[in-house]
Amino acid sequence: MTDLLRSLFVLACLALCAPAHAQLTVQITRGMTAPIPIAIVPFAVTQGPIPVDVAQVVENDLERSGRFQGLERGSMLEQPVPGTRFDLANWRLLKTDYLVIGRVVPDGQQWTVQFELYNVLTGERLLGYSLPSAPGALKQAAHRVSDMVYEKILGVPGAFSTRIAYVAVSGVAPQRRYRLVVADADGENPRVILDSREPIMSPAWSPDGDRLAYVSFEGQMSAIYVQELRTGRRERVSARAGINGAPAWSPDGRRLALTLSSREGNVDVYVMDLASRDLLRITDDAAIDTEPAWAPDGRTLYFTSDRAGRPQVYRIALAAGQRPARVTFEGPYNARPRVSPDGRQLVVVTLDQGAYRLGVVDVATGRSRVITNGRLDEGPSFAPNGQTVIYATRERGRGVLATAAVDGSVTSRLTSEVGDIREPAWSPQPRT
Amino acid sequence: MNRSFPRHVMLAVLAATGLALAGCAKKPTTVDAPAGETVGSTTGDAGATSGTTGSDVGEARPLPGTGADAAGATAATTTILFDFDSAEVRAEYNSAITAHARRIAASPAVRVRLEGNTDERGSPEYNIGLGERRAQAVKRALLLQGAPDAQITTVSYGEERPSVEGGSEEAWSQNRRVEIVYLGGGR
Repeated sequence: MTDLLRSLFVLACLALCAPAHAQLTVQITRGMTAPIPIAIVPFAVTQGPIPVDVAQVVENDLERSGRFQGLERGSMLEQPVPGTRFDLANWRLLKTDYLVIGRVVPDGQQWTVQFELYNVLTGERLLGYSLPSAPGALKQAAHRVSDMVYEKILGVPGAFSTRIAYVAVSGVAPQRRYRLVVADADGENPRVILDSREPIMSPAWSPDGDRLAYVSFEGQMSAIYVQELRTGRRERVSARAGINGAPAWSPDGRRLALTLSSREGNVDVYVMDLASRDLLRITDDAAIDTEPAWAPDGRTLYFTSDRAGRPQVYRIALAAGQRPARVTFEGPYNARPRVSPDGRQLVVVTLDQGAYRLGVVDVATGRSRVITNGRLDEGPSFAPNGQTVIYATRERGRGVLATAAVDGSVTSRLTSEVGDIREPAWSPQPRT
Repeated sequence: MNRSFPRHVMLAVLAATGLALAGCAKKPTTVDAPAGETVGSTTGDAGATSGTTGSDVGEARPLPGTGADAAGATAATTTILFDFDSAEVRAEYNSAITAHARRIAASPAVRVRLEGNTDERGSPEYNIGLGERRAQAVKRALLLQGAPDAQITTVSYGEERPSVEGGSEEAWSQNRRVEIVYLGGGR
C-alpha cells in the first residue's frame, strides 16, 4: 500500500472513538512504616447529587503516595464544613495530625470546591482555598486539592494532577495489538491515542505536556512521530533506514535527542532541531550508543553505551569536541538513564543479584542504590516532583506498572485487567 | 504493609467501539501495516496472513533449528538463534547462511529483510540496538557468502515481538533471533 493509501486508511479510522480500556488499578505494596494520619471529612454538597466524591478522591491520592493514612469515615465523631465551629479535641482523640474539610457549591454552570486544611495539634488553619471547576472537571479539582495538601504538609509539590502515557500490548502473534494510552496519574480516564498491529515504543512527553513523541513500527520499519494530544494530529519526524529510536525532548521543547543507525549498523545518539530537522551527531563510536536523556540545563546528555563491553551510562556535553565521561561504575549493567528534575540523580535499569532492578545514582558521587526488588524492572520515568518513579515490571508473567519512591520508602503497583502494560512516561506538571 | 482499596477498583471496559460513548472528543489514530507483498508469517498483519497476494505468499517457515544443515535454500532455516548477550552467528548456521546467500545472489530481484530480535530482559531501547547488531551480523555473514548488499535490509524489533511468550529460559532462547524474511521478487 502506498503512503497515500495508508494515510487515507488512518483518516478513515479517525471516525472511531477511543475505546476506554486497559484501566489501571492502584495497590500500595509497601508504605511508610509510619504514614501521616490525616482525616478527610466528606465534602458537604449544598445542592446534590454530584458525580464525584471529592474527599474520597483526595484520600485515595494521598494514600497512594504511601505517605498518608486516611481516617475511616465511620470513626469520625463529627463532620464539620468550612465556616462552622468544630472541636479539635474530637480529632486529637482520634490521633489524626491533619484535618481537611470542604464543600462543593454550585456556581451557575460551574462548581466551586472550597476546602480548608488544619493542623489538629496546633489548631492552625494551614490552607483555605476556593477552586472553580468546570462541569466534568470536579475530579481534576479534587486532584488539585490533593496537590495543595501534599505540598503544604510535605514541602514538595504533589503530582496528582499529572498524567501518564504507556503502551498496552494485548493478544499473541500474529494478532498482537499495541496501543499507546494516556491516563490520569491514578490510572483513570485512559484514552487510546494510537492503535497498531506493529510495536509502539518509548513515549516521551514534550515539556509543555501538549505532545508525545514515540516510536512506531507501522510500515514494518521504525519511525519517530510527534503527536499533538488535543487534536490527534501527528507528524513523522524521523524515518531513516535502520533504527529511529529513543526520542527525548530537550527542556526547551525545540530539540529531540534520538538514536539512529548507519547502514553498517553503527548505533549513535543525535540531536534533531525540530523546526529545521537538522541533525547533530553527538556520539561516534562502534558500540551501541542509545537512550539519551537531557539534563535540566539542556546542555548535557546522559546515554547508554556498551563501549566498555557491557552497557553503562555516560554523560556528554553538547559542545564541539566533547568526549563522553562514564557515570555508572557499580554492577555489570546500567542502562536507560532518566534525570531527576533537579539534575542531581539518575534513575537507571541495573543488574542487581541477577535481576533487572532500578537504581538511583547520585551524579556527584557516582554512588548508587537499588530501590526496587523485581526480576524485570525497566523503563523508569520520574514524576515531575522528583519524589517518585513509575516503571514497568512483571507480575505473574504479565507486564504491569509500578511506582517507587526515590528514597525507596514506598512502592505501589498499577495493574490492568488486560494485556501487558509497559513503557510508562510521567507527564510534566500541568500548567495552571 | 499491604493495603488495597476495593472502592478504588475500577472497571476494565473492553475495547468495544460501541461502548466508546463518553469522553471521546479525541480519537485514536489507527494504523495498520500495509497489506501486500510481504512474504512470511512473522509480520503479524492481516495482509501477510491472508495469503491473497503473489504466488509465493505464505511460504512455510521451518521450525527453528531444523534444516540448518540442508543443502537446498528452501529447506534452510529462516530463523537464526543467538546466545545470551551475543551477536555471533553460531557455526551450526554456516550451511543455512550459505544456502540463503546463494538464493539471494541467484535472483537479483529478491529482497531480504533481516529482523533482529532479543529476549525480554534489559532495557527495550538498548535491546533495539542489540537486535540491530544481530541483524547486521547475519547480513555480514550473507555478504561474505556472496549475497549482494543492495538486496538486504535490516530492522530491529528488540524485545517487542517475541516468537514465544513467557519468561522461561526456553522462551528467551527462542526469542534471541534473526528472522530472514523474503520480500517480493523471490522465486
